[in-house]
Amino acid sequence: MAIEVRIPTILRTYTGGEKAVDGEGASLSALIDDLEANHPGLKDRLIEEGDLRRFVNVYINDEDVRFIGGLEAELKDGDQVVVLPAVAGGAA
Amino acid sequence: MLTIDQATYDAIVAHAKRDHPDEACGVVAGPEGSDRPERLVEMVNAAGSPTFYEFDSTDLFQLYKEMDANDEVPVVVYHSHTATEAYPSRTDIGLASEPGAHYVLVSTREHGNNDGPVEFRSYRIIDGVVTEENVRVVPQLSSD
Repeated sequence: MAIEVRIPTILRTYTGGEKAVDGEGASLSALIDDLEANHPGLKDRLIEEGDLRRFVNVYINDEDVRFIGGLEAELKDGDQVVVLPAVAGGAA
Repeated sequence: MLTIDQATYDAIVAHAKRDHPDEACGVVAGPEGSDRPERLVEMVNAAGSPTFYEFDSTDLFQLYKEMDANDEVPVVVYHSHTATEAYPSRTDIGLASEPGAHYVLVSTREHGNNDGPVEFRSYRIIDGVVTEENVRVVPQLSSD
């Protein structure tokens, strides 16, 4: 079972420069653990204190996972996962 | 150095003035590897705040999907500061996540929504290190 995960530029240091990698897992949480096994360090850039980092967005088939269960969002073979860092900042 | 055409420069300034006192934000996309800011995309500041900006997560996804389909990258990521100088804040530096982009900061603190000059400055922000660069405004980007 393979799920394509698209990796943003800033995290490609963990994937040997690859724009997309394959992973597996029945939930986003399991997928991230699987990715971590092959690309050590990636998990820490996605998760903080057991939850998705505030300024990292993850999408499953075009949907922000925050609206579909977060780390518990379900995955199946052929799903596409996209990771995008938030574009944010400001004077504060 | 950031080389940008006058029309795009003017549009970024106009966006910043229009949204003042809230921060305005957007990108200028260009072909991957070209360093040419060709296609301005004004984004909605989902934070709607005078001290913070954030692209809406759905808009962000659509933007990247579109850029991906066009083989584009965000050549410029811009936002405004409305009460402070056009220099990256600690927040800007901490959240900068496009190492290949020119981060443009416009300050509208002097004239707000009105006519008048603004500070328009550009930076590279890589691994927490800010490097200011020159901005060259040209009538049109050269065609090569």
